[in-house]
Amino acid sequence: MAEIRVQNLRKAFGAFVAVQDSNFVVEDGEFFVMLGPSGCGKTTTLRMIAGLELPTGGKILLGGEDVTMRRARERDIAFVFQLFALYPHMNVRKNIGFPLLAQGMPSAEIRSRVEETAKLLRIDHLLDKSVSGLAGGDRQRVALGRAIVRRPKCFLMDEPLGTLDTEFRDLMVHELRELHNRIHATTVYVTHDQMEAMSMADKIAVMNHGVIEQFGTPREIYDRPATMFVADFIGSPPMNFLKFGGGLARGAKEIVVQGAKVAVPEVREDVAPADMALGIRPEHIRFDDGSKLRGAIYGTEYLGTTQIVAVETADGIIKARVPAGIHLSPGEQVGLTLSSGRLSLFEKGSGRAVRTAMHDQAAEARHG
Amino acid sequence: MSLTTAHSVVAPSSNAKLIAGTIIIAYALISIVPLLWIFATSFKTPPDSIAYPPKIVFQPSIEGYCNLFTTRTRQTPEYINSLGPATGFCDETVRKRNMVIAGPSNFLPRFVNSLIIAFGSTFCAVFLGTLSAYGFSRFKVPLADDLLFFILSTRFMPPIAVAIPIYLMYRELGLSDTALGMILLYTAVNVSLAVWLLKGFIDEIPREYEEAAMIDGYTRLQAFWRTVLPQATTGIAATAIFCLIFAWNEYAFAALLTSGTAQTAPPFIPTIIGEGGQDWPAVAAGTTIFLVPILVFTILLRKQLLRGITFGAVRK
Repeated sequence: MAEIRVQNLRKAFGAFVAVQDSNFVVEDGEFFVMLGPSGCGKTTTLRMIAGLELPTGGKILLGGEDVTMRRARERDIAFVFQLFALYPHMNVRKNIGFPLLAQGMPSAEIRSRVEETAKLLRIDHLLDKSVSGLAGGDRQRVALGRAIVRRPKCFLMDEPLGTLDTEFRDLMVHELRELHNRIHATTVYVTHDQMEAMSMADKIAVMNHGVIEQFGTPREIYDRPATMFVADFIGSPPMNFLKFGGGLARGAKEIVVQGAKVAVPEVREDVAPADMALGIRPEHIRFDDGSKLRGAIYGTEYLGTTQIVAVETADGIIKARVPAGIHLSPGEQVGLTLSSGRLSLFEKGSGRAVRTAMHDQAAEARHG
Repeated sequence: MSLTTAHSVVAPSSNAKLIAGTIIIAYALISIVPLLWIFATSFKTPPDSIAYPPKIVFQPSIEGYCNLFTTRTRQTPEYINSLGPATGFCDETVRKRNMVIAGPSNFLPRFVNSLIIAFGSTFCAVFLGTLSAYGFSRFKVPLADDLLFFILSTRFMPPIAVAIPIYLMYRELGLSDTALGMILLYTAVNVSLAVWLLKGFIDEIPREYEEAAMIDGYTRLQAFWRTVLPQATTGIAATAIFCLIFAWNEYAFAALLTSGTAQTAPPFIPTIIGEGGQDWPAVAAGTTIFLVPILVFTILLRKQLLRGITFGAVRK
């Protein structure tokens, strides 16, 4: 197992830049997820780590070794493809043993390694079956088996659960995470599904248009999004934005939104006057008739224990997650209270988050 | 109570099936009659073969096959009587017609030429075709579209249109009447077909297979050999049949460029007609034997051939 270090990695296809100067470190044994919409460059980054694409610039270090220009077969990594790429002309046993055959391992040893791996993935009863007859989840397990049988430096996975139906997908998310906890292999996992990312990752990089917008733990990314894109991409429903104007001074603890004063985490930098946005997670909104920030109920979405309530404000519709017990009828006027400590502030032009006490507290908690 | 039968919009009705079946059987019968006629004629005696009205029921004889494989000379009955007893069935049959066997005919070497040239050129065309199709399918080839169009453009005219330049070139290069020359020629004609057919098949094989193999420690060539090739076998088989059928049946170039050592069976068979009267049973025997290899090859690979014809339309 090894650490993966990506430095100023860049990939251009002609005039189109797929990946722009990416930097990140995946620590040894970490489960790292690259998350982003399709076309954001996450798969290209993964393919460059694998050696299936050569970068236009930058460096890739695997366990401290520069492998940027090395061939895929010289990198000692394993790759799980979205469509699994199981060889249809081989049975399960041969598929799993295929990487070992390349190393010229004696067949008796291949046999025992394959059986050991199959047992780990609970597919030992399928070893002599043809891969074309397997169910989606089992195909996935065979693909994983082919990856782990060689005990490579790291695993790369390109949306491996993308083609499975929802039921299987949830099951495989747990299995994958459990497998990772058992073998502690450095893993880079690419997906566009935020739920997969949040539930499996140790660290997440959110990518958009070839740029890494934020790199951090799932909690950091959810609680303190670095950009409006991240705030909008993560969470279901995503973060709400309410615009406000004027600059911010260091030490400010209050802003004015739609004529109402809203307490926010203490601002820790000076921001020149510009269009700003206040970011609020749906679960940080409560209904309070005394509040000056008001809106009309637009519709509700019942989810069992909670409900998502759409409220029409002067600045468009925002969504709140409130207990399912509250009765609300469309058109009803409500006041909104926001949980002060959990609000984010963004510069609308750049989309960048303004540094506040929330960030500093998190940093202190990490280092203290 | 009303009785309603559900009728499917997908499955044909039994009437439609009956009509379709009748048409197919009728067509098959009409198509197979000439083949049966040739097969029957090959077992007739020369007088039976030209009898009028034609004989459907006759005493089978292998005289046609005897005549096909031998050359004979006419002798006086006294000379024939002076010979020892006949050494075999063919000997005996031939003597009844006042002839003796002078030696083997050229049919066997011509047939072997056909085998060498047809299978040799098919192998070359499919080999080159597979490699170039893989290249066009997987790599960024500069001017790939233009090259592919150029390759296809060699099929725009009938190959025989360039017969005269090829004849002159072959004479200069010393390739006239050589097996090598014919293999080169048929390969050149077939390779364009092979590239286009195989590119279609290889495009359908996801490149993840090779990528997976290359990540797992194989070189590109090994990955190609172990993952792409096994999955392209259907396409390769279909392409091979098409190439073989062309090379096996080709007559015009063979007649023009081969006359002796490298002559193939198609230009040879008609020459039998001239030898000692119109020997139709011998011609029919030659044709029957000539049909066998292509028939066997096609029957062995019929599933692939069917996929080759419908290629692109059927997903695996």
